[in-house]
Amino acid sequence: MNTSTVELPDWLEIVVIPLLNIILALFCAGLIILAIGENPIEAVGIMLKGAFGYDEAVGYTLYYTTNFIFTGLAVAIAFHANLFNIGGEGQAYFAGLGIALVVLTLDQYLPALLLIPLAIAAAALFGSLWAFIPAWLQAYRGSHIVITTIMFNFIAASLMVYLLVNVLIQPGSMSPETREFATTAWLPFMHEFLALFGVTVTRTPLNLSFFLALLCCLITWIYIWKTRWGYALRTAGQSEAAAVYAGIKPKRIIITAMCLSGALAGLVAVNELMGVHHRLLLNFTAGYGFTGIAVSLMGRNHPVGIILASLLFGILYQGGAELAFELPKITREMVVAIQGLIILFSGALALMLRPWVVRVYLLMRPSAINAAAS
Amino acid sequence: MDWLNDEVLRTILATLDATLRVSTPLILCAMAGLFSERSGVIDIGLEGKMLAAAFAAGSLAALTGSAWLALLAAIGVGVAMALVHAFACVTHRGNQVVSGLAINVLASGLTVVLGIAWFRQGGQTPSLPSEARFMPLQLPLADTLASVPVLGPLYRDVISGHNLLVYIALTIVPLTWWIVYRTRFGLRLRAVGENPLAVDTAGISVARLRYSAVLICGALCGVAGCYLAIAQNAAFVREMTAGQGYIALAAMIFGKWRPLPAMIACLMFGFLDAVAIRLQGIELPVIGEVPVQLIQALPYILTVVLLAGFIGRAVAPKAIGVPFSKER
Repeated sequence: MNTSTVELPDWLEIVVIPLLNIILALFCAGLIILAIGENPIEAVGIMLKGAFGYDEAVGYTLYYTTNFIFTGLAVAIAFHANLFNIGGEGQAYFAGLGIALVVLTLDQYLPALLLIPLAIAAAALFGSLWAFIPAWLQAYRGSHIVITTIMFNFIAASLMVYLLVNVLIQPGSMSPETREFATTAWLPFMHEFLALFGVTVTRTPLNLSFFLALLCCLITWIYIWKTRWGYALRTAGQSEAAAVYAGIKPKRIIITAMCLSGALAGLVAVNELMGVHHRLLLNFTAGYGFTGIAVSLMGRNHPVGIILASLLFGILYQGGAELAFELPKITREMVVAIQGLIILFSGALALMLRPWVVRVYLLMRPSAINAAAS
Repeated sequence: MDWLNDEVLRTILATLDATLRVSTPLILCAMAGLFSERSGVIDIGLEGKMLAAAFAAGSLAALTGSAWLALLAAIGVGVAMALVHAFACVTHRGNQVVSGLAINVLASGLTVVLGIAWFRQGGQTPSLPSEARFMPLQLPLADTLASVPVLGPLYRDVISGHNLLVYIALTIVPLTWWIVYRTRFGLRLRAVGENPLAVDTAGISVARLRYSAVLICGALCGVAGCYLAIAQNAAFVREMTAGQGYIALAAMIFGKWRPLPAMIACLMFGFLDAVAIRLQGIELPVIGEVPVQLIQALPYILTVVLLAGFIGRAVAPKAIGVPFSKER
């Protein structure tokens, strides 16, 4: 029978099937660990302890989570417009240039209260600029956005190497980095912030951009589901013809969606450069842009799902570091492999289990068969 | 011909020779992508398949000492990963870009994890002795003909003296052309990429055609990976594909999904790469020093410009990226 037309209740579609996909991905990851001669159960234990066992670990986990929320939201907002933004990596990288330009020119003159918002705006602006070009090319010249954004990742990488090695490098320095930003451009660390309220936590890279990430989740949710712009975006994503009929301009949607997506991806640079490194350096994006794709797929393009998925990846990144330390046979790249499996099962094979779930559901509820038939 | 002194000639020949060497994996991958995309299945996973195959070749050559077994293993791994892609995209009608990306990410993680677990050399496989590799072959008469002006040195220094896989790559191109344009399979392959419904109506299985195209793609990526690990280099090194799968994808698009233009694009990108290494730190007359990064980014910039229709028009197969469903 054709199972794709059977309607399932929401809890099955939104909770059970995605959960089964993740379990399948983690099961495969377990098989890999088994294959290299370690115990997967023990590995999970070490990982959880490494991610939550002490408060320094929690800080690191949430610091990674912050990046994944930004890139996950970026991919999700494009997905809602039926666009695949694979260029989060390049957009975040280019956004770093925006921060560096603003901060390096103005940090001697402006107070933190002006400089920080300005630098955040520059990150968003540069990120969206790097997404705008592929979006414009897709909308008005018909080039495929996936290919263009891939190419733009490489172009951004080359451009940044050139700028850092030849132009922005701190004079007299050997490593391709800019000079350190003045402290007025530093986002307060979480341990400093909490100390204001008398709470002491260990020093970690976690900084206030974590709150910015949560704020972005809320704004994205309101934008996509509660505004007319979000409605237009989703309509254009579902059916271009219907959108045109409703008076929506799909070209404009492509550009808006990609610019918002690029802006969100660009905020990774805020966390990394203004929050942690306090200078512009090579490869600070470290693959977070690609992880955003896994996060978005896993979180089903919904901010709540994205927070949960980001947390899971935060656990994997931080716990993975601990794991590599405890079990020498396992390395940090295990996390990358798990990421690949999650993209495969939650993304490309997202519907693989559905027919089975439908069959089980119909066995439990024979009455639904009639509903499906009619 | 005073300007054409020995020094200049030698530099030109060496650059062309290097061009052929760096273009080989690009050519193999571009032909691989061509099969898959002509059948209507997007493949951004060339990079991952090549990387996994390179790892397989490096490992097997280190363990058995046989280059041929290594080639077989590389092809096997390439096909296995292609099978995953086909299973997701054809059988389960999943998103082809997502599936390709999954393969890239998976390969990037898994090769390092397994490499460190098995060989404990920081993700590298053990260095290979020359018996376990594909070594340069001297073509017949290379030295005898060397005295012929221009063509002689060209034959000796550029055409001759490569390993077997380079020559295989160069024969794959006309072979691909012949299969795609002159055989029944090729006709059906092109048809299924343009209008799968018509192919289905004619009683031919869309799924089977796409499966075979994607598997051929995997096998060719396997050869490319094998070349990287045991012919061009003497071991697998982590992330050794370094974006070449994407450059090959760009070259295939640049060649407008046709074998010969795609090969020319590969040679052009390979030439840029070879030139970039030579130009490092050299002041050119008029333009001054060209940043290496610009030359490295040029393949990507050119592809963007081409796709935008500013130089000619690259039109993809019509049904590309759309999963075929029989029931409507």
